[in-house]
Amino acid sequence: MAKTPLQFRHNGRDVALFVDGGTNLLVVLREMLGDVTPKFGCGQGGCGACTVLIDGDAHLSCLTLAEAVEGRAVETLDGIKSGPTLHPLQRAFADGFAAQCGYCTPGMLMAAKALLDKIPQPSREQVVEAISGNICRCTGYEPIINAVLAAAASLRASA
Amino acid sequence: MLELRKDIFADERDDNLNEVGKGTQRQDMLGHVTGTSTYFNDHKLQGMLHLRVVRSTQPHARLRRIDTSEAERSEGVRRVIRGADVPRNLNTLLSLINFGKDDEPTLAVDKVRYRGEPIVAVVAESPRAAAEAAAKVRIDYETLPAVFDVEEALKPGAPVVNETYPKNAFTYHERYDHQKLRFGDVERGFAGADHVLEQRYQMSPIEHAPVETNGSIAAPDTNGRYVVYTSTQALFFSLDTCAKILDLPSNTFHFIGGTVGGGFGGKVDTLTEPLAILAAMLTGRPVRYVLGREEEMQFGPPRGAERIYIKDGVMRDGRIVARQIRGYFDSGAYTRLSSYAVVKCAAHLPGPYTIPNVHGDIYCVYTNRTPATAMRGFGITGMDFALECQMDKLAHLIGMDPMEFRILNAYRDGDMKAHRREAKNTALIECVQVAAEKAKWPIREEFRRMSSRKDGGGARAAVPSTPREPASARPAPAQQRTSYDRRLPISPSSEPPPPQSPAPAPAHGATRFSSVFGTRRR
Ligand code: FES
Ligand code: FES
Repeated sequence: MAKTPLQFRHNGRDVALFVDGGTNLLVVLREMLGDVTPKFGCGQGGCGACTVLIDGDAHLSCLTLAEAVEGRAVETLDGIKSGPTLHPLQRAFADGFAAQCGYCTPGMLMAAKALLDKIPQPSREQVVEAISGNICRCTGYEPIINAVLAAAASLRASA
Repeated sequence: MLELRKDIFADERDDNLNEVGKGTQRQDMLGHVTGTSTYFNDHKLQGMLHLRVVRSTQPHARLRRIDTSEAERSEGVRRVIRGADVPRNLNTLLSLINFGKDDEPTLAVDKVRYRGEPIVAVVAESPRAAAEAAAKVRIDYETLPAVFDVEEALKPGAPVVNETYPKNAFTYHERYDHQKLRFGDVERGFAGADHVLEQRYQMSPIEHAPVETNGSIAAPDTNGRYVVYTSTQALFFSLDTCAKILDLPSNTFHFIGGTVGGGFGGKVDTLTEPLAILAAMLTGRPVRYVLGREEEMQFGPPRGAERIYIKDGVMRDGRIVARQIRGYFDSGAYTRLSSYAVVKCAAHLPGPYTIPNVHGDIYCVYTNRTPATAMRGFGITGMDFALECQMDKLAHLIGMDPMEFRILNAYRDGDMKAHRREAKNTALIECVQVAAEKAKWPIREEFRRMSSRKDGGGARAAVPSTPREPASARPAPAQQRTSYDRRLPISPSSEPPPPQSPAPAPAHGATRFSSVFGTRRR
């Protein structure tokens, strides 16, 4: 099968590889680049576990053709810490008990980051809207929403 | 923050609780928020193959012919696995504790009993190659009449779902087609009651829908063993189940689990490990078998549906004097854990209430639906839904406040439960009182003053005389034989088998399931 060359930025690092036609971004990240932070939950756009940022916008990597990110910047949970320091969202999720099994957490965090990067002080409704494509079966959404708001507050405090 | 009502039962507790009521970090939280918690599917092994299962498109059919020749020639295919390749194809999960008969194949051989049942496994170089080859497997079905309703399944002439249990009901102690509870005389209770209310309840099956689907990766290890990364919630249970199905000593396997992407009971059935390991054995390569979302929904076992009939006799003053319950658990096509859920359900009757006459019959029924499994309190939850709906209706019927009605009928310390055990450490009254208070639901002073530890026992501690039923009720009707069954030897005798003592409990472990043996602990 003919392969297509593909280059993009992955968490600030340039990567180049060859992909089969039809390969989705989730497979490229997990299987080819070894970044297993985006998760597979459905492969059909239903759960949000695979959420990543493409040029700052939240996207479902399972529904994104790999070729579509040519030349663009892809950010995953693996890239949001700075050194050993947790991102305020990570801190807030941990402190606020916003994860149980943790499987939805990478997608939740990325959806929340896309929001806070654009709207640093969101309303509760905006938080709900931002994570409305992400399913969590364990924790319940209240602690997650509260954690996002707490992260926003801590970002404001440190600004 | 959690509020602890330490005033309730204060004298029963050394007040040395250091952690309860405080927020505590999960030990795996840092891994979760950094994406470094390792789930089974985060392992990538050199040369990994991908397994895909061809599933039944029919709820009930005889397999006339399975043609895998085209699939075997398909690009990238390394192996096609059929039922005959599985060392011990038939299994039942609770056989590990000597409970039930082997009734479920890993891969169907001559018949399928539910839509989604595995028939053939294809192992290939990539998920795509496996999917393409799976689509080339040709299966010739002879459709059989199917039954989807628990009561229909028990009627004479219903299609036989699972030949291991030809009457479509699990058999307890080799002879009983249901679990019974008898305490006092419900007929007399109904005759003396001011009102009798009979209702039917239906709870639908519920899918756990964990965000991580079921799956596993099995790989040959360097020492002749196999390492298995799995999503299972029941690591050693799954390991032993694989040892049985693959007919190997359990120390052949090194199971690695622990981080489960949501389970809720839906990851205890050892759905993927046996085939993943078998494929690794047959190919010498690591093999991954992970369910897609559609498979998780169709083939992944749900909490089983339950149909429940409750008939209650109640007095104008609010006392429930008789409760009769008939419950049918929809086990789907195979037993899995439903036989045990039924035992648990019978043990839960009549709910947390002191009722002098109780009569319960609970059945574990086979239908052509996806086999059911554990889910958060299974055996209890569905019955509680019905019981508590019934409690509201009864309260309404006699014009009593539903909270007060529950307090009035709640069991108290020293009462005799329908299982002929004394009620101890009861707390329903206090729970209802606190719930009412939180909900700002007014209850009268006398009900606010009632206590689980007052006014129990005495006459309420007596075991009522219980009429014996005529030995051996009507023999269960013979179900219709399908063309498939005719090929099987049919047991010549219609006599009920001689009484047998229950199977002895194994000497080791498994105490959680001890009730299934009917043995008394202590
Ligand atoms: S895996 Fe992409 S939305 Fe579920
Ligand atoms: S924590 Fe398990 S799905 Fe969200």
